[in-house]
Amino acid sequence: MIERVVEAVRSRFPRTVVVDDGSTDDTALAARRAGATVVSHLINRGQGAALRTGFEYVLTRGADVIVTFDADGQHQVEDIAALVAPITERGFDVVLGSRFMAAGSQVPMGRKIVLKCAVWFTRLASQIRVTDAHSGLRAMSRRAAECIRIRQDGMAHASEILDEIVRHRLQFCEVPVRVLYTPYSQQKGQSSLAAFRIALDFLLGKWRN
Amino acid sequence: MLLIQVLIVLFAGFAFMRVVVRLRRQMIGRGEFFVWACFWAAVAALVLTPRATQWFARVLGVGRGADAVFYLAIVGLSYLNFRLEFKLRTLQQQITQLVRKLALEKADQK
Repeated sequence: MIERVVEAVRSRFPRTVVVDDGSTDDTALAARRAGATVVSHLINRGQGAALRTGFEYVLTRGADVIVTFDADGQHQVEDIAALVAPITERGFDVVLGSRFMAAGSQVPMGRKIVLKCAVWFTRLASQIRVTDAHSGLRAMSRRAAECIRIRQDGMAHASEILDEIVRHRLQFCEVPVRVLYTPYSQQKGQSSLAAFRIALDFLLGKWRN
Repeated sequence: MLLIQVLIVLFAGFAFMRVVVRLRRQMIGRGEFFVWACFWAAVAALVLTPRATQWFARVLGVGRGADAVFYLAIVGLSYLNFRLEFKLRTLQQQITQLVRKLALEKADQK
């Protein structure tokens, strides 16, 4: 799966970095073979930790715009251009992909309920109005990536990023993105019950900082 | 003597032996050994002399000695849990920083 994703992304955006978060299989090798630059965590630290590692890496390599893209095949390469455009053409700092703005997204009912709850939770906790609080497909300018500090190693980083957008008063917008829920991506994804743990992690982190 | 008293005193003795083993293996210093030895000795002493806890309970305004020990144990254990939670999170963050540093250094070498 990782080869296909990397090849698809690289066909349009050659500078692709994969953060291998302690994979014990051939993921890193496969991503490297597909042409990506691979930054490898020796042990698994979670998606938030992996994202921050990726940000730090690309910032040292002079990136102007950074797009985060899940490697499980759920995101579409065609959506990237629409994410980047508001940053390069209209001066936005962060562009968030939203599954609920797109006509073609078929979000399973259980996931839809959990994600809608996450949206309301985020409105209360972070005072930010978004239609999709936990989309992994997003773009940000260099300035935004330098401001946003991800301290959450796990999945709560998505809420933390929204919190940071508010804290630093970054200009943001949402654009519709299509997410494909395949058996593979659902198997790799979070269970809906994990939402409670993610919310607790986020709140504990928020109060701690 | 009640069975529960025998069991708790035996457990305190076992815990004390573990503290001695740790001292011998130089896993803890003499200061820490002294604190733990006093703690387990106090546990055994309090269990064997319930009247001492009753006096303590009266001072605190609690009905029974066992209740006073129970309430204090909950407060003490909750605080210990809070400290452990905090230490664990700090440790987790430090591990992540270390893993990240190694990953970035290795990536730079390529």
